[in-house]
Amino acid sequence: MEAWSQFVQLLFSGLTIGSIYALVALGFVITYSVTGILNLAQGDFAMLGALLCMTFVNSGVPFAFAIGLSIMAVMAVGGLFERLAIQPARRSSVAVLIIITIGVSFVFRGIALLVWGTDPYALRPFTGNEALRMFGAVIQWQSVWAIAISVVSFIALHVFFNRTYLGKAVSACVINPFAARLMGIDIRKMSLGAIAVSAGLGALAGIVIAPISGASYDMGMMIGLKAFIAAVVGGLTNAPAAIAGAFLVGLLESFAEGYLSSGYKEAISFGLLLLVLFFMPNGLFAKMTGKRV
Amino acid sequence: MEHGQRMADGRKRWLWLVGAAVWLGLPWLVFGNNYVLSTLILIGLYALVSTGMTLLMGYAGQISLGQAAFYGIGAYASAYLTAHADWPSWLALAAGAALAALVALVVGIPVFRLREHYLALATLGFGVIMFTFFKEWKGITGGLNGFFGIPPIHIAGISLQSDLQFYYLVLLFVLAGLWFAHNIVRSRVGRALRAIHGSEVAASSLGVNITKYKLQIFMLSAVYASVAGSLYAHYVTFINPDLFGIVPSIYFLIMVVIGGSSHVWGGLVGAAVYVCLGEWLKAVVPLLIPHAGGEFEIVFFGLLLVVMLIYMPNGLSGVLSKGMKRLLETGRRQKREAAVDSRQAGSIGGGQG
Repeated sequence: MEAWSQFVQLLFSGLTIGSIYALVALGFVITYSVTGILNLAQGDFAMLGALLCMTFVNSGVPFAFAIGLSIMAVMAVGGLFERLAIQPARRSSVAVLIIITIGVSFVFRGIALLVWGTDPYALRPFTGNEALRMFGAVIQWQSVWAIAISVVSFIALHVFFNRTYLGKAVSACVINPFAARLMGIDIRKMSLGAIAVSAGLGALAGIVIAPISGASYDMGMMIGLKAFIAAVVGGLTNAPAAIAGAFLVGLLESFAEGYLSSGYKEAISFGLLLLVLFFMPNGLFAKMTGKRV
Repeated sequence: MEHGQRMADGRKRWLWLVGAAVWLGLPWLVFGNNYVLSTLILIGLYALVSTGMTLLMGYAGQISLGQAAFYGIGAYASAYLTAHADWPSWLALAAGAALAALVALVVGIPVFRLREHYLALATLGFGVIMFTFFKEWKGITGGLNGFFGIPPIHIAGISLQSDLQFYYLVLLFVLAGLWFAHNIVRSRVGRALRAIHGSEVAASSLGVNITKYKLQIFMLSAVYASVAGSLYAHYVTFINPDLFGIVPSIYFLIMVVIGGSSHVWGGLVGAAVYVCLGEWLKAVVPLLIPHAGGEFEIVFFGLLLVVMLIYMPNGLSGVLSKGMKRLLETGRRQKREAAVDSRQAGSIGGGQG
């Protein structure tokens, strides 16, 4: 019974962290699909979202409103980042663009450090503190929120890309930028939109995880890197596969932490990354790849 | 043309000599000021790492986001072998370099089948995994508490304990490193690397064994980093895993970008600018923003990295070499014009006579 409840506990914590990685990985897949850029600053959007939300809540803004406000703010930051750092360097090589996003990530970290300092902050859970008892395990309501929000976000994005005109325009840019431009679609606007949406998703992820693991200036790097692993495991441009990858990474980490040692969990996820890169460079779910996004 | 080339080469050699002389003389200028000396030593150590990375990035066109791992391999190998196994320090340094080369070979074979994004992620992953080992392999590395009591370097029975002695040792390594890199670049290997950088497909169709060259240069860059790590361990006598994580790897990358990877000495320039700017920021920023602490560097270097890549993609060495060329060019033109003038004057004189 003990073993069973531990298993359920680890399963839930894996699903929770996996849903966070999934949100960030979704943003990453959208950015990469539309702009072809591997944005290593993706995780820092989560950090900014969490810290901003915490500040808004502490200064008396109603909780739901604070969440919306911080997501909007981070989307604006994402837009600025696209205009100031990505657009001027559009014609650079892939390596240069990657390094630019690293530079931006450093700037975000540094600014957060100056504004909020090195101490981690706590955000209160979305709903009450009492935990849910299920299968002999104790599950925080926030975990349920995290999983639900990631599922809802994914459905919303799916509807957006497949059912709305704008979503189809974005998909068109992905499939053939040249033809899309001929049809009068403004690719620069699409790139701006893609990065802003990715930033918003990242911010949401940060806000959801903040009540569980706290918010600090350096939380972005690891969340971002795990999301990349998830996306790579899924094949970089395939959103459902990236989400599957995210849950895989989350579960792997959670079980590695529970059954092996917490110190090695990073090495295990990155080991998975290397294995996938070496042996299945198109991702674990390559067969699912039809079109991007 | 050939004559001009030889003259330019001669001038370049002359510049090298002047540079070396300045570096040799620097300690006498600062009169054993330990702060300046230790800064210079740090520049030298970072220059070694970034020279290796310059070869990898600038000449072979390959990105590495895990270079600090090799720096760490050298540091821990030297620390462990000298402190716990009583090896002579130079042998430990060589063993560390060999180990780093071996690791680079093993990791490089699968990694260099990847390109661009995937290569960046794979090297990053390698960096994180090595960092985990440094952190978790407590029996050898001391874990997060760090590794204490690394003995100083011994050479021919002398233990190098003063900063001045160590400065000259590092200088020797930097000069040797630069000289070696310079020769590599001008050799057959260098031409092959440039071809790979230009177009891998074209290079391989010309019969260049791309994988072999990439691997070799990756191993070489690992050796540079490892040697610097060994020297660093003996210099500071205390190391901990945070020195060899992902963030230091990115700092090495920043040095290469600042210095520019289109010239062999770009790494040295980048390291010098990086260390000096860092020290300067540490001194100046607290005066302007009292609560900023030393952490302000992160924002600054992040911005610098972005701005450099957008507006100055060849780094400082690109700008410097252009300026230098123009300087040499004008010197030569003046000389030529003077020669023409005197000849004209002579011919006019002759005509009159």
